[in-house]
Amino acid sequence: MPQLPDGDLAPLDGALPPAALDAFEPGDSPFGVYLHVPFCRVRCGYCDFNTYTLGELDQDGAQATGDYLRAVRAELELAARVLGTSRRVDTVFMGGGTPTMLSPQMLGELLGWVEELWGLAPGAEVSVEANPDSVDEPALQALAAAGVTRVSFGMQSAVPHVLEVLERTHDPARLPTVIQAARDCGLAVSLDLIYGTPGESLADWRTSLEAALACEPDHISAYALVVEEGTRLAAQVRRGERSRPDPDDEADKYLLADELLTSAGFAWYEVSNWTRSEAARSRHNEGYWLGGHWWGAGPGAHSHVGGVRWWNAKHPRAYAARLAAGQSPAAAREVLDADQRRDELVLLRIRTREGLPLDAVEPAGRGALAGLVADGLVDGAHLLRARRVVLTRKGRLLADLVVRNLLGY
Amino acid sequence: MGDCEAEPPLPTAEEPKPLSPRARTVLQPHATPPEAIRNFCIIAHIDHGKSTLADRMLQITGVVDDRLMRAQYLDRMDIERERGITIKSQAVRLPWESGGTPFVLNMIDTPGHVDFTYEVSRSLAACEGAVLLVDAAQGIEAQTLANLYLAMENDLTIIPVLNKIDLPAAQPEKYAEELAGLIGCDPADCLRVSGKTGAGVEPLLDEIVRQVPHPVGDPSAPARAMIFDSVYDTYRGVVTYVRVIDGDLNPRERIAMMSTKATHELLEIGVISPEPVTSKGLGVGEVGYLITGVKDVRQSRVGDTVTNSAKPASAALGGYRDPKPMVFSGLYPIDGSDYPDLREALDKLKLNDAALVYEPETSAALGFGFRCGFLGLLHLEIVRERLEREFNLDLISTQPNVVYEVTMEDGKEITVTNPSEFPGGKVAEVREPIVRATILAPSEFIGAIMELCQGKRGTLRGMDYLSEDRVEMRYTLPLAEIVFDFFDQLKSRTRGYASLDYEMDGDQDADLVKVDILLQGETVDAFSAIVHKDRAYGYGVMMAGKLKELIPRQQFEVPIQAAIGSRIIARENIRAIRKDVLAKCYGGDITRKRKLLEKQKEGKKRMKMVGRVEVPQEAFIAALSSGESPTKPQK
Repeated sequence: MPQLPDGDLAPLDGALPPAALDAFEPGDSPFGVYLHVPFCRVRCGYCDFNTYTLGELDQDGAQATGDYLRAVRAELELAARVLGTSRRVDTVFMGGGTPTMLSPQMLGELLGWVEELWGLAPGAEVSVEANPDSVDEPALQALAAAGVTRVSFGMQSAVPHVLEVLERTHDPARLPTVIQAARDCGLAVSLDLIYGTPGESLADWRTSLEAALACEPDHISAYALVVEEGTRLAAQVRRGERSRPDPDDEADKYLLADELLTSAGFAWYEVSNWTRSEAARSRHNEGYWLGGHWWGAGPGAHSHVGGVRWWNAKHPRAYAARLAAGQSPAAAREVLDADQRRDELVLLRIRTREGLPLDAVEPAGRGALAGLVADGLVDGAHLLRARRVVLTRKGRLLADLVVRNLLGY
Repeated sequence: MGDCEAEPPLPTAEEPKPLSPRARTVLQPHATPPEAIRNFCIIAHIDHGKSTLADRMLQITGVVDDRLMRAQYLDRMDIERERGITIKSQAVRLPWESGGTPFVLNMIDTPGHVDFTYEVSRSLAACEGAVLLVDAAQGIEAQTLANLYLAMENDLTIIPVLNKIDLPAAQPEKYAEELAGLIGCDPADCLRVSGKTGAGVEPLLDEIVRQVPHPVGDPSAPARAMIFDSVYDTYRGVVTYVRVIDGDLNPRERIAMMSTKATHELLEIGVISPEPVTSKGLGVGEVGYLITGVKDVRQSRVGDTVTNSAKPASAALGGYRDPKPMVFSGLYPIDGSDYPDLREALDKLKLNDAALVYEPETSAALGFGFRCGFLGLLHLEIVRERLEREFNLDLISTQPNVVYEVTMEDGKEITVTNPSEFPGGKVAEVREPIVRATILAPSEFIGAIMELCQGKRGTLRGMDYLSEDRVEMRYTLPLAEIVFDFFDQLKSRTRGYASLDYEMDGDQDADLVKVDILLQGETVDAFSAIVHKDRAYGYGVMMAGKLKELIPRQQFEVPIQAAIGSRIIARENIRAIRKDVLAKCYGGDITRKRKLLEKQKEGKKRMKMVGRVEVPQEAFIAALSSGESPTKPQK
């Protein structure tokens, strides 16, 4: 699991500096709520998210979920005290872990608390992550009835030997049925794919992309596999049992994805995200990239409000204990200074289709722009016409390098 | 003088308790007849136990209290103690009674490495006898053999001694045969000792008294003393170690150095026992130290003759030589802002190292540094290590190279100590230094050693069996080959059993070229090397391959080329990086990503730009360390 970053001490009552609250008040950037559900039936070999099996928690299901729901309720109440309740919530995202380890009723209850405390803005986006094998049609109906508008399925791959390496348990053949059921319930559908898994050929990846497109989702995310320290996969790679992902292979697969998705009528709107229409974008995730405010509730969840970032205690028990003691569950926080805000603005906006306004690039970085255009990483026409720094397809693959150039690092 | 009367020891705060009652009578300096003096040294390979034996002698003769005893008492520097080797020699005066007569034994410690052959020769010249100490489990090593020959050339009486007889693996009979064969004695004459347990040490002291001739000199002649070591001490300035040949030296006299004609007042004179003890002077055959207040060992050079300024000797003692650097390397601070500190550190080290020379140098790739000259590779490594350890500097050293004498077709002569000085025009002749090398090894490795030496342009001069299964091979080799990676290869091809010694043996004409390494068309001066024409391709391929591994992929393709002049002899490509992007960037990823960026910003300071190519400092270090350290001391 990733270590939490180092940060400053967070106040026990969760209070935010007045400047952060002043930035939050007016409502010119969206307000999201992220609910982290830290449970999984099994832990996949590649996954380093903050999630636990019931065995790891040494609790039975009812006890674990009961403790969890009580604690999240307490945290949302704390959030309402800190932020006030004058703003409505624009987006809600229930992620994990496996949110669908909770029953649709429980997820509905969580969503109900958000509505109760702040209310949802008209047309609010409410997403839930789901494993294709952890939901069925009645569950999807119940979620839709509870107010969920969008489901993001962890498809990862359509190729059995690739799923096996990832230790994903679902049957790829089941996917079209589940997706159809979701659509029938009026839910928008997104599919998550992973490329670069050890043993995956370019043809395998094409198979997965084509299978995903055949399901006609509204939205597709495709991520290069990262072998995270501390995972079983990392150990297998270290022992030489699995090959290390090759960046050139990943580049080929990214280009293939962009090509196939584009010709199927999708367009990128962030480095790893494509949609069929602008309306199908994940507005919650756009909040992350555009500097929006969000409160992340749940163990290990990260939050950002008005230039302050903080993160909760990781373990569900530590998290719940703090809230039971009437304290903020934040483990630490950072109040971003001007340089850090500029760095974040550059590194986040550059990932989006709308790109980075040229005005946000300081003189040190402007000198690098001509070279970046010449090397084919930044779209020259956009730069001239719209005064925005937008990555080309080649540039998207080198986004981090472009960021260092733009910041003069 | 000539008075044989024994005086009681000088009172000290706490009377040391000699282990042997035979060390109670202490003869006083300046009042000891030459007949009562024995000057000897110990010749041994690095880990054959010389220092342990010396320690035991100090204890038995009572000059070191048991309580104060620490392993390798005579080796002062940390590096020496850690490596178990002696770099700076010292001389200790030991009392010893033999057959009821008190004697003075001056034990002169000699440095044990090939780079310091000249210092060894001066130490030997201060003695009449040498203990040839050999590990009874390992037999003689090349270095010891070289020093043994040196001692025999100086007409020293050799006392063969097998050490570590307490070891289960000891084979004293076998190695006694070997020693007897080398020095022409009877195997039964080899003494057997254990420095560790002390067994056999007292009989050894008796043998030294019995066998080593006493010094002979003219007490009434003008003073002549030979400097065999010179050490800088922060508090006292330079401490000079001398052996008096003729006449005597007395406190407050004005002395003269015969090579430089410089004169100094003698502020202090004394003997080491084993801490400095002032004396009323030093007479014929005596060994001791002088302090004149000079601050630089260059003013008190090893091999020079000290005389009385008012009543100078007419001729100096023979054998003085200016130290001559044989190996050059560029030393650069990893952090460019440490350059002034490096200069200061070198200035300080120089005070204690007459052989170290340096001058400022600029490298396009490495920035500001110094081109330094050393006696050899160990000397280089010691200096580098002291700079890093004592002065807290992080350094890069460039590939060591030797001195070339280049004659151009128009008759112009150029001395090249740095590949960048190698001329590009019409070269008539290049001369390179050569060495006479001695290699000792088990005979099963003869083939492997011959193969290695041939590959290193060596010429076999002769071969002798020391015993049934041990052989001595003599080669002429270019010094440049030894400097490169010879010693490591020798060790790896002989599973560590071979030992090597060499001495300079003039120079030879050689077909040498300069190989440049280019990154994206730009020469990286730090990687240029002067190599034999037949080795140029190999060097080019090796370096290009190595850099390909070490330099991270860049935004654009980076060709790496090895070239002789304008001719490309090897080529590699670092393909352009195609993917450098974090796949996911959601809630918690943002802080991590920003922190990574901040770290990369710091890392950028450790990048050197070669044209548009970013080369990490680590790549320079790894490429220049050439995957081996040819400079490891012999073990």
